[in-house]
Amino acid sequence: MTDAPLLDVENLWVRFRTRSGVFDAVRGISFTLGKERLGIVGESGSGKSMTGRAVLRLIRPPGMIEADRLDMHGEDILTAPEKRMRKLRGGRVSMIMQDPKFSLNPVMTVGQQMVEALRAHERVSRSEARARALAMLDEVAIRDPERVFTLYPHEVSGGMGQRIMIAMMLLPNPEILIADEPTSALDVSVQLQVLDIIDKLVRDRGMGLMFISHDLNLVAKFCDRIVIMYAGRIVETCKADELRNAQHPYTLGLLNSVPDLEHPREKLEVLKRDPAWREAPSVSARQ
Amino acid sequence: MNAIEIHDLNVWFGSGPDRANAVRDVSFDVADGESFGLVGESGSGKSTILRTIAGLVPTWSGQMTVAGEQLGRRRSKAFYSKVQMVFQDPYASLHPRQTVDRVLSEAMHLHNVPDIDTRIVSLLDDVGLGSGFRFRYPHQLSGGQRQRVAIARALACDPSILLLDEPTSALDVSVQAEILNLLVDLRREHKLTYIMVSHDLGVVGHLCERIGVMKDGRFVEVLAVEEMRRLEAKSPYTRHLLESSINSIH
Ligand SMILES: Nc1ncnc2c1ncn2[C@@H]1O[C@H](COP(=O)(O)OP(=O)(O)OP(=O)(O)O)[C@@H](O)[C@H]1O
Ligand SMILES: Nc1ncnc2c1ncn2[C@@H]1O[C@H](COP(=O)(O)OP(=O)(O)OP(=O)(O)O)[C@@H](O)[C@H]1O
Ligand SMILES: [Mg+2]
Ligand SMILES: [Mg+2]
Repeated sequence: MTDAPLLDVENLWVRFRTRSGVFDAVRGISFTLGKERLGIVGESGSGKSMTGRAVLRLIRPPGMIEADRLDMHGEDILTAPEKRMRKLRGGRVSMIMQDPKFSLNPVMTVGQQMVEALRAHERVSRSEARARALAMLDEVAIRDPERVFTLYPHEVSGGMGQRIMIAMMLLPNPEILIADEPTSALDVSVQLQVLDIIDKLVRDRGMGLMFISHDLNLVAKFCDRIVIMYAGRIVETCKADELRNAQHPYTLGLLNSVPDLEHPREKLEVLKRDPAWREAPSVSARQ
Repeated sequence: MNAIEIHDLNVWFGSGPDRANAVRDVSFDVADGESFGLVGESGSGKSTILRTIAGLVPTWSGQMTVAGEQLGRRRSKAFYSKVQMVFQDPYASLHPRQTVDRVLSEAMHLHNVPDIDTRIVSLLDDVGLGSGFRFRYPHQLSGGQRQRVAIARALACDPSILLLDEPTSALDVSVQAEILNLLVDLRREHKLTYIMVSHDLGVVGHLCERIGVMKDGRFVEVLAVEEMRRLEAKSPYTRHLLESSINSIH
């Protein structure tokens, strides 16, 4: 089973029972993830985060996951017991959540939770865990890691919170990393630095990365392959370096609404959504 | 007239050996109807400046005059009907057990806004959500949808000054464009004054006339957006920021 892809997903649905009927957040998408950097882009509400969470089976009731296949390295995780999932999460597969401060424990210092998270998945001494955590904070360009180690989540800035979360998720050397908008609060120079670190790990350790972002340009620069989502479906998929030849009007619309410092415009272009986009069948991104 | 005057602002956290000086000797004015941008290193004190103006950080010194009111330790109720803030972290700023409807109507009740029902519908429309989202709870929204609720709440009581902390960083470019256009229109129609923090120089350049660049709690430079566009920055840090931003686009 060693040449099975890290993730193999076929016909994945995420549905929510609501007062006004069932809402389908993800509508039958298929994709695989190998040892590669797969970018998932799409507008707000298109189902990116729900896709990432579904892979970890982190959809809470009344949400439901359905799929024809949901395999991690050849292992069926759609029916795996919750105990098995807990072991996988934060060990072989980690997720950097979209809202770092929300995902950090508010009553533990940054240092305490990094050390505990690592020790939950690896047998290392407290002092070694501490040393590795400090080194990782330093890698994600946190200034003065010793000070930050003693802070509580509400005492760090937005961008620091994001980098702390990244450091914490990279510590246990996961095989699969799902990064949901990991750098949205970072300025470009720090963003590039943090992406370099993730990139290095993906390469050196043969990691598979699902990179969720609404920033098409960033994804095009950073990923190997791109999946473009709209209303819970995949409308287009391409190699990252071929994004400039993208066809779908939605993709083109996304590319055109970016404000650009050097070319100011009175009014920014906004997307005119065509109801047909929602109805078109999902494109498969399996390889 | 200036809507905001900040003079020698210092803000710190902790005391004694644990004291961290988050903002140091910062001074700037924002004219009525102007948009002032704040950019700079992560952790350099941008959010702290906005939070201090909004009355959320008690440990500061200096002088601040906002909407004609000299600020002391406490903010009056009238202050909050004139000045509203959109927070960087939309999760933390929305109550988990309140529906969108409740969040917005409470904000309006507090400031005696008439005709709340119609106003909620038009606010949700303005931020591109539509009334289908009216009775949802925060956990039933995506990150970007939550941020739009936070923006709608800030607009609910017709403030004259908005403090915007990364208002669009959780949004995809198409929604970001809608929100930026909305902010530009609102400013023109209602003469609003903005201070906006963003790490995206394209966004700041679109909305703001002047930009303060921060590093280590200090202003390293204040420049006009045209100077920024012509890459005429004096400080090496600003130049570094501009260069990496331009390289990342092309
Ligand atoms: N508990 C829930 N009940 C009903 N609908 C939900 C629930 N949770 C999420 N949704 C809806 O599912 C859709 C997809 O959400 P998701 O979080 O995946 O979006 P996203 O693509 O990550 O967007 P963003 O870029 O704004 O984070 C959204 O329209 C959201 O409102
Ligand atoms: N409540 C607090 N207690 C202690 N330190 C704090 C507190 N709030 C902020 N700080 C510190 O103040 C400094 C400035 O933080 P601030 O949130 O203003 O940064 P920022 O410029 O907004 O950064 P970012 O771009 O990452 O959001 C940081 O070093 C942070 O750790
Ligand atoms: Mg999301
Ligand atoms: Mg901040």
